[in-house]
Order: sequence, then structure tokens, then C-alpha cells
Amino acid sequence: MRRYFARKLLIYALTFVVAVTVNWMIPRFMPGDPVSAMVARARVSQPEAAEAMRTYYNNLFGFDEPLWQQYLHFWGALLQGDFGISIFVFPTPVGDVLLDALPYTLGLMIPAVLLSWFVGNWIGALSARRKVLDNTVLPAGYLLTAMPYMWIAVILAWALGAKAGWFPISGGYSLDIQPGPSADFALDALHHWVLPFLSLFLVALGGWAIGMRNMIIYELESDYASYLSALGAPQRLIRRYAFRNAVLPQVTGLALQLGVLVAGALVTEIVFAYPGLGSLILAAIQNQDFFLLQGAFLFIVIGVLIANFLIDIVYVVVDPRTRTGMAGGTS
Amino acid sequence: MGTRTRLRVTTALAVFTLAATACTGGGSGTGTAGGPVGKGGSLPRDETLYTTGTQWGPPANYNPLRNWDHATGTKGLVYETLFHFDPNEGELTPWLAESGGWTDDTTYEVKLRPGITWADGTPLTAKDVAYSYGLGKIEASAFHSLWSWLSDAKAVDDTTVRFTFKEARYQEWDSTLYGQPVVPEHVWSSRTDEDVLNGVNDKPVGTGAYKLRSKTQDRVVWERRDDWWGTKALKMTPAPRYIVDVSNPSNEVVIGQLGQGQLDLSNNFLPGASSLVKSKKVVSYYDEAPYMLSANTAWLVPNTTRKPMDDAAFRRALAASVDTGKIVKGVYGDLVKPASPTGLLPQWEQFDDKALIAEKGFTHDAAAARKELADAGYKDKDGDGFVENKDGSALGLKLAVPSGWTDWMEAAKVIAAGAKDAGIKVSTEFPDQNALNEQRGKGDFDLVINNERQLSNTPWTYYEYMFQMPVQKQQNTVNFGRYENEEAWKLVQELGGVKTDDTAGMKAAVSKIQDIQLTEMPIIPLWYNGLWSQSTTGSWTNWPSDAEGAPKTAPALWRNWLEMGGFETLTQLKPAK
Repeated sequence: MRRYFARKLLIYALTFVVAVTVNWMIPRFMPGDPVSAMVARARVSQPEAAEAMRTYYNNLFGFDEPLWQQYLHFWGALLQGDFGISIFVFPTPVGDVLLDALPYTLGLMIPAVLLSWFVGNWIGALSARRKVLDNTVLPAGYLLTAMPYMWIAVILAWALGAKAGWFPISGGYSLDIQPGPSADFALDALHHWVLPFLSLFLVALGGWAIGMRNMIIYELESDYASYLSALGAPQRLIRRYAFRNAVLPQVTGLALQLGVLVAGALVTEIVFAYPGLGSLILAAIQNQDFFLLQGAFLFIVIGVLIANFLIDIVYVVVDPRTRTGMAGGTS
Repeated sequence: MGTRTRLRVTTALAVFTLAATACTGGGSGTGTAGGPVGKGGSLPRDETLYTTGTQWGPPANYNPLRNWDHATGTKGLVYETLFHFDPNEGELTPWLAESGGWTDDTTYEVKLRPGITWADGTPLTAKDVAYSYGLGKIEASAFHSLWSWLSDAKAVDDTTVRFTFKEARYQEWDSTLYGQPVVPEHVWSSRTDEDVLNGVNDKPVGTGAYKLRSKTQDRVVWERRDDWWGTKALKMTPAPRYIVDVSNPSNEVVIGQLGQGQLDLSNNFLPGASSLVKSKKVVSYYDEAPYMLSANTAWLVPNTTRKPMDDAAFRRALAASVDTGKIVKGVYGDLVKPASPTGLLPQWEQFDDKALIAEKGFTHDAAAARKELADAGYKDKDGDGFVENKDGSALGLKLAVPSGWTDWMEAAKVIAAGAKDAGIKVSTEFPDQNALNEQRGKGDFDLVINNERQLSNTPWTYYEYMFQMPVQKQQNTVNFGRYENEEAWKLVQELGGVKTDDTAGMKAAVSKIQDIQLTEMPIIPLWYNGLWSQSTTGSWTNWPSDAEGAPKTAPALWRNWLEMGGFETLTQLKPAK
């Protein structure tokens, strides 16, 4: 068990280092210069004043150091939990900006991913045995998965928001509400949460249902199922085994989904103007905010790693073969 | 294991149903989208002004010295300036100052109003003013250049500030007077330079009519100060107790919120605004074209360091090829006005030298453009319909506008089509905005559209924009076309040295500059961008408009516009009920 986790942790650590390095590199090789953008925004037309400002900010952000020093400083600051200062929301620390947006994204994505996984698998498993469900759910599922997020989001916003008027179509909460620990805010936020959630949920739902349905059918027709059947085992038992085998690939799929949790809502957040990380990432790109962009990607990287680690643990529980491996049989 | 799996599924389902019912519960609780706003919220709807279109991102800081990225309203609502500027009358209105004037050619004295206090109760004195202007001495300060011509700012007594100048730039000084915020010395003097320039200052103490109430990612809430000095001294009270400034993510969202009456004022450019006005969903300054006041001029900027844009004849031909009428109608749906040949905003019309324009001005005329090209020696030698350079080499120009700026992208296509009619090959390209800014600054472009400069107290700002010299490696905000003309720049500096109340002197100076401008055409005026503004009347009425009896102030809360009538607009509003 210890060896299994030690090896996993080592892999995660390596991935982390590589990801952070790439993360540091990409914005620095992007076209455009944030300090120039900043000085230009300050509308300083006198050349000497502009030059003084440029020097000052280059120094403030450390752009005047050699690249390798910038890289080392980046790591040093990172290990102290310092993501730098946002240029876009100057001078707020990047960490604060991200933490403000994070609850919205997580509040949207975690329920959407998990619920669509549970419900999708459940519907898929059921439809593998019921003709009626199979004939209705499956085509609907195909339709849903084939639909781009944006499309379904716009349709939902139009139908349930603009036409029916049941839900607000933009923002994370109403204009007159102050975010805070109050019932008013909670209800209002929930109200705004429904449409973006539904758009994510519905699209993912179809995919899980189809996958599960196909896996179950495959398992039910496999040799061990026929063998059990020939032995006279009850259908219930066979289905139970089929389900347990079919769910494994779905768990892997869930791991991948959880990994892109943070970034996955980008399009949805933009359509619904939802104040999460997705909207922030877009703004960071548009404003050439190196530090905010790096911070956001770092959150994603950390998210992927944590999600994968969790799934590794889940695997130990659901897949006996992992346990055998750990016991030292084969590795 | 089997039962456990099933159990998990059912719990999940239960959670989902719960969530779903909770949502609908929440729905009926807070009302449908656009329902009775204010219910359950902390701000009473009839005392709150909801506005948007002044900023695109989260409110960043409340530092009035960071005039480019502080939360809009920091200057204007919280911190105030010595004067305001009234674009209708074309003159400064005393604000914190009671009066101001030149005691000799290089000395300016400001008398402060007595009895003004900061939000913390401390009185405002001349020392605060001298201190605030003195902050420009910090080298990385954005207004550091002021101190290249100002030599001293001194408090003579409690209410008198004396400014002495090395070189009196009267035109520029007037813009400074209503542009530079005054900050409290007793709060700021303990701060380091670093903190003064870059501090977030999230507990702003100002003299203004509002204070910061709260802030989140996408909005700032300002709350009125009932002890504001202006209520007595100016007999003005801003009507809204609360101002909620929402940073809007997209135009579609704004249109939706306007339609539902959630927003009172939108200072966004909304492409279909004219139809919103016609259908009475919103009101704007004019109820017919051009609907909006003019705020700035959009220019076509040729890179004069490249061939053939270094040739005035070619630039004039290019100018005559642009079908501005088509842009105004086709692209903007009459939301904007075509610019005059000098590009001066309508508010500066008196400075247009009519006789000169009649003689040298240009209009859209493809035939004239072709003739001008032919006379200057540009001929179509290979018969492809496009002229070649004088030396016979192929001529093809690229017009770049930022990707996503759909109105400008369409306008660029119209310009390219017009150029084609005149025989000039112009293609359009739409790079990322930041990349384009960088290319523009370095002079790495053929043609761009730009509208950097806003309406101000003097056309001098426009001429500085056109002619400023010397040209740098990196051009930040002015003279992107890198046009060099010693004589013109000298004339602009002369204009800067004309006293602002000397209208005749200004006209004479401007006329000389216009002569060079119309002959040389360093940049080509296109159209006047509007002071985009659309308001709903469900909660607040008496918006500025050209109707009789209506306020004539600027209906905008944009950065720097609060001092140009935006604040006065707030004092004219009336609750709808």
C-alpha cells in the first residue's frame, strides 16, 4: 500500500514541477508586453514620464531580471503561497482574486459533474435492460452529448430565462444583493445557479448514460455472464457483477472530468456571465495578466492532481485488482 | 456491494431532487428574472441607481492617482478636483476652488471654498492641494511631466494655493485643474511612494459626495454622504442614495438587464441602441439620429514612416476615398456623426476655420481620389485596377483593428472597399488587441483606427495627439503615425501657450495648425464616437436630453466624465414615483 502511494506521489510531484514550469513559460512567450499595455492605459504621453513608469513597473514585476532568476523567484514565491499581483485587478494579490471566483466555479462544477455521473450511470444501467427506456433515453442522450455547451446554454437561457422568465440569465446573484452569509443571498445565488448548472448537467448526462448502457450490455453478453447464467445463477446476481465491471471505466472517466473541473465551465460561465474562474481566465488573457493567468492555470493543475489522487484512492476500493497489485502480487 | 451502489445512486437522486426543488423555491422567493428587484436585497430600489458600462473588469483599486485603472467613481464621487469643466459653455466651473486666476503670466492662484471637510471630519486646506499636486514629483507618477513646466505648488494660507510655472502651458493647465484629484495630506503623507502610486487605498477618504460602501468582483456600491459640502455651497444634492456600478461582461447581458429595468443607465456601446430608443425601451440624449452626444473622434492613422504613406498627396487621396457616410449609416445605424475634415468635435466647432475647410477640406469622392493619385504619380501599370508605388513596385496596405471590435471591423471593411474604388489596395486584418497595441506603439503597422483622445477643454489635446514630437521608439498615446513636422509641433506648442480665455488668439493659432493639417493630412478623421448612454425611466427620470427643460449635462459616468457634467447629471435625476 505504501509503495503504491509513494510511487503515485512521486509521479504527481514530477507532474507538478513540469506543469508549473510550462505554466511559467507560456505567458512569457506570448506576444504582447503587459507593462507596455499598462503604461499605455495610463495615457502618459510625455516620453520621459512613460519611460520612468515602464522602468518602475518592470522592476516591480521583476521583468528586468534575467529569465532564470525570474523562474527561481517564481518558485520561491509560489512555495510561500504567493502568486504575485494581478495586473488586471491591480494591486490585488492573484490568490485573492482567484479565491473570490473559486466558490462559484466549484459550486457549479462539482454538483454538475458528480450528479450527471450518478444519474447518467443509473439511467444508462436501467436502459440496458428496458426496451422503452433504451428507445427514448438513448437518442436523447446522443442528442445531448452532441450538443455544444454553448448551444444548449443559449437554448436554456432563451427558453427558461428569457421566454418563461423562471430564471435569471446572467450573473452569479442579483444586482441588489450583497454576497454574504445570508439566506437572501443563498437563495438568490441558487436561483442564478440553476441555468448554468442545467446546461452542464444535461450535456454530461447523455454521455454517461450512453457509456454505461453500452458497457452493461457488453458485460451481460460476456462469457462470465453466460457461464453464470448456465450455472443457473439469478439474473439479479449477474447484473450486479456486470454493473461492478461496467462502472470501472466510468470511474476513470469521472477522474478525467474532475480534472478539468475548473476549466470546464469556461464557456458556460461566459454565456451566463457567471463570476467564476472561467470568466476570470478569459479576462486575464484579454488583459495580458500574466500572473492571474498563471495562478488560474496553477489552480487547474492542482485540481487535476488532487482529483486524480482521489480517484486513485477510489480505485483501491472499487477495483480489487489494484489491491492485489498492492499486496505485492504483480506490480 | 451491489446494494451499496444502488443506495448511492438513490441518495444522489434525492440530493438532485432536493436541489431542484430548492431552486424553484428560491425562484419564487426572489421573483422571476427582472421581477421586483430590491426585494430581499439590502438596497431600496427607489434610492439606488444601477449603472454599467464604465469598467470591464473587477473594480481594481480606489487610488485616485491611478486614473487608468481605479474603480470608476473614485475620482468624481469620492475624490474631487479643483474645478469641473462644462462642455456646453466651454469653461471651467469652480468646484473645490471658489475661484482661480492668473496673477501674472506664470503664477496661478486658487482660492478654496471655506468649510469643506474630508469624510473623516478634518477640514480641507490649501496644504492638501499643494501636497496632492506635489505627488507628481515622484518620478514614476503618471503626471510627473506636469513638473517639467510647473515649478512650485505652495499653500500661501489656509485657503490660497499658489502655483508658479517655469513655462505656462495655459491650455494644458486648465485640463489639469479639472483632472487632478485632491487627496488628504493627513492620511496620505505617512505613506511610502510605493503605496502612494500603487496602493489599493480601499478605505478612501475624500471630499466627495459619496463614500465606498462595498465592493465585490463585479460591482462597486457607493453611498451618499449626507454631510457633503456641496449640498450647502453648490445647492446640489445627488439624487441616488446608492450607486451600484456593475462591470458588465457583455452587451447581450446589458440589453437584457435594460429590458428588464434592472439597470438605470448603461454607458455601453450597444449596436442596436437606435431601435431600443425608437421602441421607447430606453431614452438617450437625442430621440433621433445621432441619438448620442459626441465623445471622441475616430481617426484613420497611416504610418508615415512607410511608403507611400509618407507622401501627403497619397494620404489626401486615401482620405477622399473613405466613405464615412456609409460607415455611419451601414455600420452604426446612424448612432454616430461623420467627422468634419479637421476632426474637431462638435463641441469645438467654433475653432473650425470654415474658409480654410471650404478651400482645402475633403469629402468622399472616389474620382477626386483617383485624380489626386494620378497627379502625384501613382499609376496602375499592370492593369489590375490598383495603383503601384511611384517606383513601380506593388502597393498593398494592411488596415488593422482589434479583433472582436465588431463595429470597427465592419468600418475597416468599408474603408478597404472605398480605397479599392479609388485604386488603392487595402486589406483588413484583425489581430488581438494587445498585440495590436504593441505593434502600434512600435510603429509596426500600415494603417490603424484609433480614438485615444476624448473631449476636453481644448482642441490642443487633439493637436498634441496629431503632432507631438520627438517620435520615440515606443509611442504610447499620441502620434502613432510617427508624423514629423517641426513647424506644426511648434504651432501646437504656441497654441498651448495661449490663455484659455483668449478665444480669438486660440482661433488664430488653431487656424494655422489646421492649414498644415488639411494639406498634410497626417491622420484622417472618420467619425465621432458617441457618448454611449442609454437609460431606463422605471426608477429614475429627468435624464439629460435635447428636449426643452431637460438637463443638458453629459449622461455618462465614464472615467473623467464625472467632472465634465456626469456628476451634475446625478444631481438632476428624479425618482420615478
